[in-house]
Amino acid sequence: MIVPMPIIIVVTFAAVMGVAAVSTMVERRLLGFFQDRPGPNRVGPFGMFQVVADAVKMLFKQDWVPPFADKPVFLLAPIVGFMAVLLEFGVIPITPHWSIAGDLNVGLLFVFAMMGLAVYSVVLAGWSSNNKFALLGGMRAAAQMISYEVFMGLSLLGVVMTAGSFSLHDIVLAQSRCWFVIPQFLGCIVFLIAGIAETHRLPFDLPEGENELGAGFHTEYSGMKFGMFFLAEYAGVAMISALITTLYLGGWGGPILPPFLWFAIKVVFLICFFILLRAALPRPRYDQLMSFGWKILLPVSLINIVLTGAILLWQAGA
Amino acid sequence: MSVDFSVGLYGLIAIAATAMVITRARPVHALLYMVVALLALACLFDSLGAPFAAMLDVIVYAGAIMVLFVFVVMMINLGQPDETRERSWITPSNWFGPSVLAALLLTTLIFALGHGDAATGPNITEVGPTAVGMSLFGPYMLTVELASFLLLAGLVSAFHIGRALGEKR
Amino acid sequence: MIGIIRTLWLTFLHLFHKNDTVPYPETKPYLSPRYRGRIILSRDPNGEERCVACNLCAAACPVDCISLQKGEKDGRWYPEFFQINFSRCIFCGFCEEACPTYAIQLTPDFEMSEYVRQNLVYEKQDLLISGTGKYPDYSFYNVSGLAIPGKDKGEAEREAAPIDIHALLP
Repeated sequence: MIVPMPIIIVVTFAAVMGVAAVSTMVERRLLGFFQDRPGPNRVGPFGMFQVVADAVKMLFKQDWVPPFADKPVFLLAPIVGFMAVLLEFGVIPITPHWSIAGDLNVGLLFVFAMMGLAVYSVVLAGWSSNNKFALLGGMRAAAQMISYEVFMGLSLLGVVMTAGSFSLHDIVLAQSRCWFVIPQFLGCIVFLIAGIAETHRLPFDLPEGENELGAGFHTEYSGMKFGMFFLAEYAGVAMISALITTLYLGGWGGPILPPFLWFAIKVVFLICFFILLRAALPRPRYDQLMSFGWKILLPVSLINIVLTGAILLWQAGA
Repeated sequence: MSVDFSVGLYGLIAIAATAMVITRARPVHALLYMVVALLALACLFDSLGAPFAAMLDVIVYAGAIMVLFVFVVMMINLGQPDETRERSWITPSNWFGPSVLAALLLTTLIFALGHGDAATGPNITEVGPTAVGMSLFGPYMLTVELASFLLLAGLVSAFHIGRALGEKR
Repeated sequence: MIGIIRTLWLTFLHLFHKNDTVPYPETKPYLSPRYRGRIILSRDPNGEERCVACNLCAAACPVDCISLQKGEKDGRWYPEFFQINFSRCIFCGFCEEACPTYAIQLTPDFEMSEYVRQNLVYEKQDLLISGTGKYPDYSFYNVSGLAIPGKDKGEAEREAAPIDIHALLP
């Protein structure tokens, strides 16, 4: 089945937006259940229209730019973050035939490049708000995201070495016999942790840190610009989930059910796992976060690379 | 969109953004234009058949190094006085000399480009990551090792600076 | 590490626990009769006001939200007006404890929101209920020594007849 590219792009974009919007509601409901309360359940059946209510609220709020802000950069910041996350979805192969650029031969690197650009969103938002809390949040975000990008990249090298390709399509195909989560378990764990830090989700949401920074880098944002940060964060969670699915959980692969359903099940499961992490774990201190990254995750990911390389060479020799 | 057209477009964007880098008085704005220039450069690489180089350009330069620059500029917190001083520096008498030199360099470059072999055109071959890796660890092995030594030295010195600060505290 | 995984597991198990919260306006929580909610003024079993305008509640009130004025009718004291400003009331229940006649009582009702702040000042007709509240059989004048029409001195419950000080008999 060959579907024309514009349709693929539009549908993927709509799906990402839909998943990001719905996961705001799902997160609040699930957090409610984890805390023995029902969560938002008033608007529509099971509270499903809460998303719509939130969207309407966001859209109709006054879109206020503080007079002390650096206006062009202030406007640019949420757009950069949102665009970067959306572009990352372009290289995810959802099914063998449904992806915008799934067989791009530098697909994984493209994801990394976009993650690197997503840092600008928080940094510039923090700087342009001209507010000390926002600046602190932006600085934390910059340090955290740059460091965790390192571990993320290193943890992925095992997958790239085993699959022998940067193309996500090839990586999924390489997992037809055995999901990479088994041989690359260390790498998967490091990638998961780095992914949480990269999307600055709880428990690593230090750039936002409600109790000490009062929302951090988006303190000064309101209305739909704040909504874009919000959506970008949830799209980022979906993105990390989709990446883990593609890289470690065999992508669309699975018995009986159609490929798309397998992909969706895995992604939804991972999103729920992210929410569970948020519900269960406390936020570490900032220096703990950084030293955990550099002193534990970096050696672990290096050990993973060395082990993978050794095993690959041994197999090639045997 | 033909290759020539897109190459020209990306090149124009890169040049325009670089010009903006030089003329901006606010350092963060200048850095942002530099990021745009780097992204245009990455697009240029990609359309010339080097996607791996393009991605590395975005990851390393735009994604890591420029973020550090922005980070530092954020930390030193330049205000209105710095901006006015910066503006006062961008006067014709100041930029005349350097721009003459740069123009000389440009004419030499154009001259050299005009006399070289016309390598661009329809026979663009894409250099994938495998090809890059093969050549890096094949003919360019020694260079890679030298570069890695340089990076190791940088790593050790960074570690040393960090340690010294930690002991003083 | 083990601790983190255990935390995750225990939090996950909460998915299957019963909700602690209830959807409030539909299912109302049980409030005990001693709950300190909206304040009322009760009547004695005969249907007369219990309040004797002694001002003890107003004196006990830590936020000074009670104000009243004494009136007198047939030897009985009663409040001419009795205001409680519920926008100041903190529902501490000190007034109930101070009241010697069980007139002022707190009830298990807290749904008293208003859009206009002025409407939170309750007058006597808003406060006075027709029943006896938490103490159905109590009537202050029946146990006090004060003479009122229909009940002379010494006719109250467990009260001896007054001693005639002009008589010479012991």
